[in-house]
Amino acid sequence: MTYLYNIGSYFLMIAEMFRKPTKWSVMKTLIFKDINDLIIGSLGIIAFISFFVGGVITIQTALNIDNPLIPKYLVGFATRQSVILEFAPTFTSIIMAGKVGSFITSSIGTMRVTEQIDALEVMGINSLNYLVFPKVVALMLYPFTIAIGMFLGILGGMAACVFGGYTSLADYIIGIQTDFETFHVIYAFVKTFIFAFVLATIPSFHGYYMKGGALEVGKASTTSFVWTAVVVILLNYILTDMMLGQ
Amino acid sequence: MIEVKKLHKSFSGVEVLKGISTSFEKGKTNLIIGQSGSGKTVFLKCLLGLFDYEKGTIAYDGQIFSQLTEDQKRNLRAKIGMVFQGSALFDSMTIAENVMFPLRMFTKQSKSEMEDRVDFVLKRVNLDNAHNKMPSEASGGMQKRVAIARAIVNNPKYLFCDEPNSGLDPKTAIVIDNLIQEITDEYQITTVINSHDMNSVMEIGEKIVFLKNGLKAWEGSKETIFKTDNEVVTDFVYSSNLFKKVRKMYIEENQ
Repeated sequence: MTYLYNIGSYFLMIAEMFRKPTKWSVMKTLIFKDINDLIIGSLGIIAFISFFVGGVITIQTALNIDNPLIPKYLVGFATRQSVILEFAPTFTSIIMAGKVGSFITSSIGTMRVTEQIDALEVMGINSLNYLVFPKVVALMLYPFTIAIGMFLGILGGMAACVFGGYTSLADYIIGIQTDFETFHVIYAFVKTFIFAFVLATIPSFHGYYMKGGALEVGKASTTSFVWTAVVVILLNYILTDMMLGQ
Repeated sequence: MIEVKKLHKSFSGVEVLKGISTSFEKGKTNLIIGQSGSGKTVFLKCLLGLFDYEKGTIAYDGQIFSQLTEDQKRNLRAKIGMVFQGSALFDSMTIAENVMFPLRMFTKQSKSEMEDRVDFVLKRVNLDNAHNKMPSEASGGMQKRVAIARAIVNNPKYLFCDEPNSGLDPKTAIVIDNLIQEITDEYQITTVINSHDMNSVMEIGEKIVFLKNGLKAWEGSKETIFKTDNEVVTDFVYSSNLFKKVRKMYIEENQ
């Protein structure tokens, strides 16, 4: 019953978030601040992880291809497919659930504990619109970071090839161009948009409705990470089946 | 003026407010006092609309709160100033930005007009040079004064204060009390203060509502509280020897 209650509350929160919008001049500032905190602030970690995981995918694929009949360009092909289809949109989103999600839950949760949300409500401000809506808008730029992640993942694979001597640069480049389907990129971006909404709203829900003190803020951050990751993984399965399934 | 009639509020079947009726007058400092757990904070949160209640009415100058639409409630709340127990300053903003916040949200003033108003209210609460400090850099007393400045910056009709003196030294507590009373007189605000600080009661209690176990046990002023024979009130207010002596002296002087 608690799960159903929470799911209902989550959807009510989303509906309430769009009611009584905050003044645009104030909202604009909040959106830019959240773009800085959530998107720009995450670029470094996304770039670092993407580059090295791209390299690892390349090494693992190259090491597991020991049949001389399998062409060497398959290393580049496998790296591109893994990075575009799964690593960049899904794996990065789970990492972001930890980084951005915990930040959102703890910042909103602290505002709840210190009565800052009550202060907004008493002033007649729609606190959900004020706090959550700018995060949703800011995270709509999340696909751009994923595009950077895709590029750096493939670049990391190329670097591993060249410097590790697993395959030639020419083979790798042939591989990343082989059987390229634009729809796979569209599929990845559709997933990313939906994950971005989840990344903004589930941590906000856990922060906004938390009760208690500082200890509970920590607990809420952990719970929010777990549920965001679960929902991302479930949605990943559903969307993959819907968009790529038979 | 705020009028409360037969207010009932329960949590999980436990009745916390058991039919409170009272009124808070314009231009006066109205105090809600009582022991911890008597229902003061719940009562204040019901007045502010932060808690829904089961029965009864709360009327702000004749407007019954529960009968207002969401938009009307938000418009009414724009006329309310609130000083929270922990100040509740926005920790991502400077002191000046905190005070300017209600103006940015609810007025169409230019930046220079807002800055002038912020300067004026910060001066009013004796904080001339704290504009660019962050709340975390301010002392408890300064934070309370910033919270008062933020509460009054948009000329509210109603001012609510939850334990404005908690965590403050006696001297700063008196400064805060006097400031609230002066502002109430000056702007003719309906001020409601939730407190269990007996100094505040004696200093600024123009109207006092005493709660016990979710009921209004007594109502009066700082003058009548000295004379009352109500045992529930005297047990609470004059529980310390110092206040017993103060009361005795007051009665002797006024006989």
